[in-house]
Formats: sequence, structure tokens, C-alpha cells
Amino acid sequence: MTTIRVDGRDYQVAPDQNLLQACLAAGLDLPYFCWHPALGSVGACRQCAVKQFSGDDDRSGRLVMACMTPAADGARISIADAEAVAFRRSVIEWLMTNHPHDCPVCPEGGECHLQDMTHMSGHVYRRYRFNKRTHRNQDLGPFLTHEMNRCIACYRCVRFYRDYAGGRDLDVHATHNAVYFGRHTDGTLENEFSGNLAEVCPTGVFTDKTLSAVYVRKWDMEAAPSVCVHCALGCNTIANARAGELRRILNRYNGEVNRYFICDRGRFGHGFVNAASRLRDPLLAHGDSAQVSSAEAALDEFASALRRGEVIGIGSPRASLEANFALRELVGHERFHAGVSDREHRLLALALDILRAAPESIASLREVEACDATLVLGEDVCDTAPRLALALRQAARQKSIAAAAAQRVPAWDDAPVRELEHDNRSALIVATPLPTRLDDIATRSVRAAPDDIARLGFAVAHAIDAHAPAVANLCAEMQDAAARIAQQLTGAARPLIVSGVALGSEALLRALAAVVRALRASGREARIVLALPECNSLGLTLMRGAPLGAALDALCARRARAVVVLENDLFRRADPARVAAALAGAQHVIALDHTLHETVRHARIVLPAASFAESDGTLVNNEGRAQRFFQLILPQDEVTESWRWLDRAAAAASGGAPRWRTLDDVIAALGGAMPELAPIVQAAPGARFRIVNLPVRSAPHRYSGRTALNADRSVHEPITQRNPDAPFSNSMEGYYGPMPGALYPFYRAPAWNSVQALNKFQQEVGGPLVGGDPGVRLIVPHRGASVGAGSGVGATGVTGSRPGEHGGRSNTQPLAAVQNGSRVASEPVGGERGTDPSGCAQDTEASGATGHPAAIPLAFARRDGEWLVIARYPIFGAEELSARAPVMASRIENARVALGAEDAERLGVRAQEYVELEHEGRRHRLEVEIAPQLVCGLAVVTAGLPGLAWMPLPAWMTIRRARDAQAPR
Amino acid sequence: MMAMERPLTEHIHPGRAPLDIEQYERLGGYQALRKALTCLSPDDVLKEVTDSKLRGRGGAGFPTGQKWRFVPRGDATPKHKYLVVNADEMEPGTFKDRLLLEGNPHQVIEGVIVSAYAIGASRAYLFVRGEYHLATQRLEQAAAEATSRGYIGTTILGSPFSLELHVHGSAGRYICGEETALLTSLEGKRAIPRAKPPFPQASGLWGRPTVVNNVETLCNVPHIVNRGAAWFRGLSSGADAGTKIYGASGRVRRPGAWELPMGTPLRELLEDHAGGMREGYGLRALLPGGASTSFLTPAHLDVAMDFASVEQAGSRLGTGNMIVLDDRTCPVGMLANLEHFFAQESCGWCTPCRDGLPWVERILRAIERGEGRDDDLDILEMHTRFLGPGKTFCAHAPGAMAPLGSGLACFRDEFERHIRDRACPWSGR
Repeated sequence: MTTIRVDGRDYQVAPDQNLLQACLAAGLDLPYFCWHPALGSVGACRQCAVKQFSGDDDRSGRLVMACMTPAADGARISIADAEAVAFRRSVIEWLMTNHPHDCPVCPEGGECHLQDMTHMSGHVYRRYRFNKRTHRNQDLGPFLTHEMNRCIACYRCVRFYRDYAGGRDLDVHATHNAVYFGRHTDGTLENEFSGNLAEVCPTGVFTDKTLSAVYVRKWDMEAAPSVCVHCALGCNTIANARAGELRRILNRYNGEVNRYFICDRGRFGHGFVNAASRLRDPLLAHGDSAQVSSAEAALDEFASALRRGEVIGIGSPRASLEANFALRELVGHERFHAGVSDREHRLLALALDILRAAPESIASLREVEACDATLVLGEDVCDTAPRLALALRQAARQKSIAAAAAQRVPAWDDAPVRELEHDNRSALIVATPLPTRLDDIATRSVRAAPDDIARLGFAVAHAIDAHAPAVANLCAEMQDAAARIAQQLTGAARPLIVSGVALGSEALLRALAAVVRALRASGREARIVLALPECNSLGLTLMRGAPLGAALDALCARRARAVVVLENDLFRRADPARVAAALAGAQHVIALDHTLHETVRHARIVLPAASFAESDGTLVNNEGRAQRFFQLILPQDEVTESWRWLDRAAAAASGGAPRWRTLDDVIAALGGAMPELAPIVQAAPGARFRIVNLPVRSAPHRYSGRTALNADRSVHEPITQRNPDAPFSNSMEGYYGPMPGALYPFYRAPAWNSVQALNKFQQEVGGPLVGGDPGVRLIVPHRGASVGAGSGVGATGVTGSRPGEHGGRSNTQPLAAVQNGSRVASEPVGGERGTDPSGCAQDTEASGATGHPAAIPLAFARRDGEWLVIARYPIFGAEELSARAPVMASRIENARVALGAEDAERLGVRAQEYVELEHEGRRHRLEVEIAPQLVCGLAVVTAGLPGLAWMPLPAWMTIRRARDAQAPR
Repeated sequence: MMAMERPLTEHIHPGRAPLDIEQYERLGGYQALRKALTCLSPDDVLKEVTDSKLRGRGGAGFPTGQKWRFVPRGDATPKHKYLVVNADEMEPGTFKDRLLLEGNPHQVIEGVIVSAYAIGASRAYLFVRGEYHLATQRLEQAAAEATSRGYIGTTILGSPFSLELHVHGSAGRYICGEETALLTSLEGKRAIPRAKPPFPQASGLWGRPTVVNNVETLCNVPHIVNRGAAWFRGLSSGADAGTKIYGASGRVRRPGAWELPMGTPLRELLEDHAGGMREGYGLRALLPGGASTSFLTPAHLDVAMDFASVEQAGSRLGTGNMIVLDDRTCPVGMLANLEHFFAQESCGWCTPCRDGLPWVERILRAIERGEGRDDDLDILEMHTRFLGPGKTFCAHAPGAMAPLGSGLACFRDEFERHIRDRACPWSGR
């Protein structure tokens, strides 16, 4: 620790900080603008000036900018010094010469850092008497409003957008006091992290346009800690509501996960909650039409279906653990099916095996940012795990940060560190079929077919560890690349391997495992991240449902009479004809969901489920971190949490009372039934948690109008309805202050009304929250297990697990077993038989001689007249729920198929013309996009977009120029 | 006094074409290059320049040898080091570098090569003011000639030393004359200065070791190498060594630039070389070294124009090119013009400069128009304190405050008269 003396008092602060960080960490108030904890210091705004003294004898001192001055041990400074106070007041006075003072009509008002800092600095009366400069504002697209006259030129926006997030289309234009922060012309901001500008901007230049459409002041909104449901990373969010309506999503700090930023899909994808497609009442099908029914009638019907027996359940990777567990309890664990495609089911099982085999290697996003060499195998994480891509962008800076340290330039001194990027860029190898938005910082981009990328991975493993099997018939170019990549990974202090399941390739996952294993064998600790598809994909996998195909088969074969589908549109998971046939075969289809979709339309009984905003529950992110999301708005109409519906149905069927009163009861039962999930109880405090006998306040204490809100119905003070499942007050009353990290519903401190108040709730700037970062890791090394480098077999397992649980399958699984032991899982299933393109060729020589068997695929070979069609999941549109947010409409691209230039020529099609893809008699008409870097024989479909029928990707398909190829249909 | 030597301008004849490479070599040109590369080690050159007590001629007067010495040496240092020539001469009232660039471009090129050799630079950039078309053209011509002679390129004169040289035209911002903003601009980014440390010698152009020197500074180097440090020190009788190109603009009889011994008294400059004030004009005050230096008054005429003496008098030597204010020009108007320039040329990075200077300019304009208010002088005075060194990001705003702060002291009565009379006493004259 370092000791600094501020205004005569000593403070212990963490070393290697600047004075501003140190003061904030010490709980002192010091105003600032251009400094941002994630962006570092640049010394532009001059707001954080303090007086520094060289020693006890120094009475005069000199003004320094706290953000640009190292907090050296023994530093003596004064914040209260008269000259420092006067200077800071002058800085505000200068900023205000052009600021319009339009706080009453500004959406930032009430949560404006500029307001807070103005107040803190003590500037009151205007002396500037001349005209203010005015700017023209730009239309920046559906997410953000632009009001440049409010700008105080702190440069944070461009530093975040360009330097931190890699965006190109926002810049600073002009000079002197005419500096202009915008695009070169009007247009949608392209970068997928643009929404963070609303939080990064200290005033109202960039504000959330979707909030403005339904505007409420921060102080008038209820808030709840939530978890993003739009990908598997589990970014923490704050959800805000007014009058029972979800109004916006903000970033919620989790020091291990998303930290200060989330992606635009997470921030603006919440529109599905309020969309017209929401289900609010139970529906019962009568013939071809569905009619609104009472909850009792729907439950009666549900109960009678249950009583007849032979009911199977299909869970969901976008429903909470608790909801899935309730279904599993209802139908019995042997009749519980995972609601994902069979291929995804196999891939997720393999992914889980890999994570379990190396639990100490699983990297959180914070750890990703610290990695100094990264190999990305196949997955375009920019689309499937956006916040991970942003973390990789920071990892690429590690080498320049180290180079700066060698010059004694601290990491927070942003400009000189970035200057060193020119010669010092951490290795980032991006091996993907198509270009990615990370290529601009990649030290090597490899464009290849999935199998060839996997082969590259295996070759890297072999180059690292000669005992790892060699890849047969590898071309010289790949051989060289593998050798160089191996060098970079072994030369790194913290190498990271990234892959995922989007390409549908088990070989890629095995290649990742092989590289990790090779690094370990050579005495190096590697980090891994696997991008998974949905917010609870891993949680569902941990619950071990049977494959979806088995459920569909059972229904088709009338082995099951009824099926309960939990928060899932099966038409997105499997061949629509097969799903339709299966549902038609069931006597009862019971669907629970919050949103209308094709499966709901096929259901006989529909129960309106609560969305994330109306319920509490636990999700397990891609690193195995269980995190709790909390109810923001009380369910209205007949909307109810899925687990409650299912519990009530079970009670109705048995004639007894519901088993579970609160979510805590469900969690307890879940932990009892599945001990490896038992630690989720630690993800957040339960409903009975109190601080000084109080629940946590759900709204700022200035919340206004709670009587007026209902005045059209009643002028009486409404009785607050409490959520029984969470320790929140559902009102402005209750406790607010330091608390367990999972509970912060908003950030506010005296004099700090903006999101910057977060400083007051961190143990140190950028460090863990006071009360600890939220979430609990479920996949952790055995306590006391020694993970000897080079042993290759870490004694690993899962917290709370007992050997032999879960169908006799051991939780302790060495990595070697993952590599050869998953043949069972990779057997082709059901309708996909014979079309599986990832037929693995066992390298017999390697597996026999070295004892490290591996499934190395053969090199990709193009076929005449057929293309291997693989999937790409665009960030906007490919995720089911966010695609329903109206604001996303203009951001969702047309469904397309990308073809290499040569292939397009061969087919006689040009960009924007149409082709037909045919697979097993099913045709898909798609617009063509020419992808010059795509290898010959591959085609890439933008999968998952609204209106695009499910395809069994990857698969070999024929492609021909469509009749009428130039006309969209 | 010995016959005055003018090593820098000896072969410069305004109105005539500059020396081509043959003429330049016939008059002893590129001998310093030959001597350095064949007889001297880089350390020898560095030692000679250090011993010569050459100080930077761009305005700050930092000892050149000392600046060079901060460049990391040895095999462990980055492959590329840079010498950047600051030829972005945009200081109002200053035109000395233009004289050197246009008048004897080979002298510049030779200075660059020898200096690059001394610091081990593999690349040199000449960053030339955008409006200096003729200078750019002549430098390019000279560089091409030097390249054809083998003075630029690989293994120059058979030595292991190689140098690439680029002439780069500035896009035209005053701030590019600030060495770190110049580097940022040269990288193709907005011309925003950098905080120091790290200094350019450690992390300059593209984060690599870099020295930025003024044109006039480098032009001295070949002469020092040729004739030695002792000779150079002997050129002046004062504290600072060598000669200096002084200049004068304003209502003097013969505005111009002259190479004179460092430390020539102000009176001699003004009265002998500039010919005194024009008929009917009296000397009111002067800015001794460009727009960003403080006013000196007739009481200071006996000050020697060297770094220390001018500083002692309350100003800075700066570029040594003075702007003379006569007694028939409104000082408030002059300051308003100057502050307009500084406000326009603020890069917009730091708050005090970006938002303070336009306020200052507007107050000065208001006072000049007779719309001043009583508290305006307090606000101006506040700016002279809070836009001072260390409070703003770079030296731009402190430079802008130098004439204002001294002007408020020198011309207090005039300011108050403007405000009191609600009119400019000079208007209508």
C-alpha cells in the first residue's frame, strides 16, 4: 500500500495509481471529466487540479492535475487549497461559457455528471456575457440522440468509441472551441458498443433515444439488478421502470464480467418485454383458434393432462435454472429434455466437459483483458459474444502496457501507452471463415473452413508439445502459421484460447482442448473462453436434459401424450416440419412463454410467463458463473413466473398445495436435487436478507408521484406490493448503501447522481464492488487439488458434487478423457444422420503411439455442385428476443448467404441477386453477398434472423441461381 | 571587435536563387558531413555540439547537446530513431527559418544529416509550414541533389550510416510548432500536444526515440563540426554562443532579419539594424521574440538579446524576432488581434485554453469597441493566472497570456480609459 497525505490526513491507497484514483478510492470528492476508470488519464479537462507540496517545508506548492500525477508514497496534496478550489471553479466557468444550461429539458438532468461536478466545484454565477457557439446535431440512428450544444469537449466519447471499442465512424472535427464530436455525416453509428456513449458522456450530448421515447427522470424510476438475457456472457445490467413498464437498461458493474460496458444488443434489446407480441393471459385452444381463459381453467386443463401421465418436458437455454428445474420436477428428470438442437446439445456437452477438465483455466472477461496472446479458433465472437470481443480488444494492448511499464509510464497514462501500440501489439490470431471486426487489431488473420481451422489448432498443439498428435497432410502455409502461433502462445505470460459453438464444429472445441493441454504439458497455464449461444445455455447443460430429438421422436411415436414447452420456440431449434409433426402428435401441447411465437401458436394450453423484468432467477454464463437477476416490475394481468406456473400445475394435478412459496424454496430444492448446482444459493442473498432490518430500496429516495401515478383510479396512497422472492422494498423506502455486490439496484451517493457514483461502491477504482463482485462460479477446481503444470491431468471437479451422481457419470474428468471419451456424444442423432459434415478422422498413429488420442478432421475438400453451408449469427437479429425489440428493426440485416467470388461466378450470381439453397428437399431462397475471403466450396448463411426458416447448419447443400434472381420476393 | 562572421547567412542573397549542390560544395558545403562520417564517431559530434553550448533556436533555448544525449543508445534500443526538423514557422512576426530554408536549403540538409548521424537516427522528417511552398520546393530539390550524390540513402559515404529523409508539408496549424503536437500531426492524427514525460527522445514519433530541432539550430551544426566548438563559442561575447538571426517588424524604418552575434543589445538591433522608428511614430513597447513573449518597453533597450538577459527583463528571447508597437496603434486592439490568433489556433484539447482564450478575445474586442465593463480587467487578470504554465496542457495558452499579462501592466491606463470613456482613444485617428 501507498500512503498519501490529503489536506493533512493520511490515506492508504493501492500502489501504481494516479492521485485522482487514489482520492476517489479514499472516498474523497474530487471533480473530473476526461478521466474514466476504463479509459485512463489524458489531462484534457483540467478539472481535477489539486495543490501538490514537495514536503512539509513547502508552503506554496503547485497546481497539478491529479489524474496525471502518480500517487507516489508520501505525496502531499491539498484538495481544499484556495487556489486549487478557485481553479476548479474556473474550469466549470469555462465549460459553461458554451453549455446551454438546458437541464430542465435535457434527458441527462438528474443523472448528469456535469451537474454534479458543477455543484461540487462551486461555480454559481455566470460572468460570460457573449454569445454561445451553436452546433448542428446529427441523426445517429435508432439508439442515440445527439445534442452537441451541450458538449463540454471532454473527449471521452471518441476515446471510448475509437480507442477502446475500435469504432471508426465517430470522430472529433474542427478545432478550438468549435470542436465537434460526431460522424462525418448523419447516419447510424456503426459500432456495436455505441450505446455506452450514453453512460460515458458526462452530460447530455449522447443520450438513450429509446428512453427518451418513454422518458422519465432517473430519480423517478424503480430499478433492479438484472442480468442480460441476449447472449451467454451474463453481463450485469440495471433495469429501470416507471409505472410498471420497463424503460431502459444500463450497465451494472461486475468487476469480473462486463465491468463498465455492455453491447448495444444488451442495452437496446429489451423492447421485447413491452412489445405487442407479449403474452399476458392464459390461452386455451378451441379448434383452430385460441381464446383467453382464466388461470384456473388453464391450470385445470394442464392438471388433467398431467394426471393422464406420459408427459415430457422441453426446457430452455433462455429460461432460468429455477424455471427449468421446476419443469424437470414436474415431468421427472428422465423425461426432461434440453430445448436446443441436437447438434448444439452435443456441442454444449463437449464444451462443459472441456470447462470441467480445466476449471482453473476458465477466464472471466476481466482475466481476458489481461491476457497477452490470444488464439481465436473459428468463432466470430464479435457477433456471438460481443462483450468478449471488446475484452479481446483490451487484451491486444497488454504488450504496449508492458512496454510502457518498462519506460516507467503507468498503464493509466493513456496517450503514451497507446503511442507504443505501434510497435507493441499483443498477438491476436483470428482464425475464422469470414472476416471479423477484430481483424483490424489481429496480428494474424486466417481465413479457412472450420475443419481447417481445427487442424490449425491441432497443429499449434503439436508445435507446442511434440507429444500431441501431428496433423497429417497439413499444407506448408498452415504448418508455418502453426509454428509461429505456437511460438507466440508459449512466449506469452498469459495465453488465451477462444472458441465457440456457432460453427457447429466439435473439432474446433477439441482443437482448443488440445492447445490448452499442450500448453499445460509444456508448463504453461493457458486461459480459455468458450462462446456459447444463450443466456443459460451452460446452466441448461448442467441440468443434463435428454436431447430434443428424443422428445420429438417420442411425440411422433406417441410414446408421450403431452409435452410442456418452457420458454422456447422449437421451430428455431429443429426442422420445422419435424417439430410440427411432433406437436401434432401430442394430445396436449402446453407452452409457457412471455412472447408469442410459432410454438405458442401450436399449443393447446398457453401460460403467460414472466420475462426477466418480471421475475427473479439464476442464469449460468459461459464461464459457469451463476448470477441472479431480480424482478423489476410486478407481473401484471395473469403473467407469472414459469416456475410458479409449473408448481401450481403440479399442485393442481396432485390436489395438494404448491411446494414452493418463494424462489429461495426452489433454489433449496434445486440444490438438493442437483448438488453441483447447490452453490447458486450464494449467487445473491435470499428474500429474507435485510440490512439494519431493512430490505434494499428499489427506487431513489426522491422518487415522486406514487400517488399521482394512479390518480385516475384512486387518490389514496397505494399499498406497496412486495416481491416475495427478493430482498427489495419495491419502493423508495428501505436501505441503500454498501451492500452485497449482487444487490445494487442503482448507483447514487451524496453529490453523485450519475453512473459515476459507482466510484463510491468499489473497493478501489476499477476493483471489486464493496460487498464483492456478483455471481458464483460453479465449475471450480477441487479444493486442495494440485494442478501441476505438465501433469496434464488436473484433479478437477465441481463444487458440491459427489462422484457418481448424475447417471453414474463422474464429475472428475481428465482432459484426455474429453478428447477420446466423447465419441458417445458425437454419434449422429436422428434426422441429422448422414448429413454430418464434421465426420472426424481418427488419427490412429497419434492415438496409438503417443497416448494423446485426438480427433483431427481431414482437410476441408470442396465438392462439385455442393457447398458446405455454415452459420453466421449477426449481432443484431440472430438472437431471438432482442430481434423483437422494435428499435432493432433498422439494425437487422437482410438474410443472406455469403459466397466466395469464384463460387458466385460459377453460379452466375452477383451480389444482391438471389440463390436457392436446397437440402433434403427443402429450399431456401436467399440474397447473395460476395465474400472475397471466403474459401471456395463454403457458403455462410446469416442464421437465426427473424423470418428465416431453421436450417440444419452446418450441412452440405446444393446451391443454384434462383429463378427471377434479381427480384426479392 | 572582430569582423563580424555570419556563418548561417553568408551565402544567402535574397532575391537570388539559392546555391545548388555544386555551388554549395565549391564553397565548402558537405565538408562537415564528410568529416563527421569519415573521421568522427557520433559521440564525437555530440561532444562537439555539447561543447559548443548551442542552444535551441526555436524559442525555448534548450541546450542542443543535452537534448540529444537523452536519446537512448545501444543495441537494445528500437531499430528506428527519428530526427524531426521543426520548420513549421508560424509564430507571428517571425520569418528567420524561412530565410534559411529558402536561402540555403543545402545548409539545412547537411545540418540534418550530420545531426541524424550524431543521434543515430535512421529517418529524418522536415516538417515544413504549409504556406512555405517555395521553401518546400527548394528543400525537395536540395534533398534530391543530396540523394543523387549519395549523402542521403544507405551506407552514406561508405560508412555504416544510412538515412531516409522526407520533406513533409504541414496542413497548417500553429500548434504544430509545438514539438509533440508536431509529432502527433506527422503520424496523421489531430495536432494535439502530448504530456511529458515521456519525452520525445524516449517515446516520440510512433513511440520511438525522436529528437525535434528547429531549422536554425540545425543549420549551426555543420559549422560547429567544421570549425569546432571553441570557434562557435567565440562568435558571441555574451553568455550564449554563436550567432542569432534577429528580426524586427512593425513601424520601423527597415523591417527585416539579420544574423548577429548572440546577445546583441536591443537598442543596436532597433536603432542600427532596423533603422529606428518611422517618421512620426514613437516606440511604445515591443514583443522581443514573437507573439508569445511579454512586452518590453523603451526602458529595456539596453538589454542584451540572449536567453538569460531577456528573461531577467521579464520576457523571453523566443525566436528573437521582435514585433514593435508604436504609439499610434491601440494596444488593446493589438492584444485583441493577438488573442484572436491564439484563440483560433487553440487545438481544443484542454478546457482553459479552448474556452478561456475565446472569452479573453471577446472581452478585449468589447473593451476596444468601448463596451468594456468594470470587472472585465479582473476576468482578464484571472485568465493570466489560470492560463499560466502547468495549468494548461501545453505552452500555447501560457504563450498567449505573456503579451496579455505584460500588456495589462504596461497599458493599464489605456485599458481603463477605454472602459471609462466607452470608446477607443485611437479610433478615428
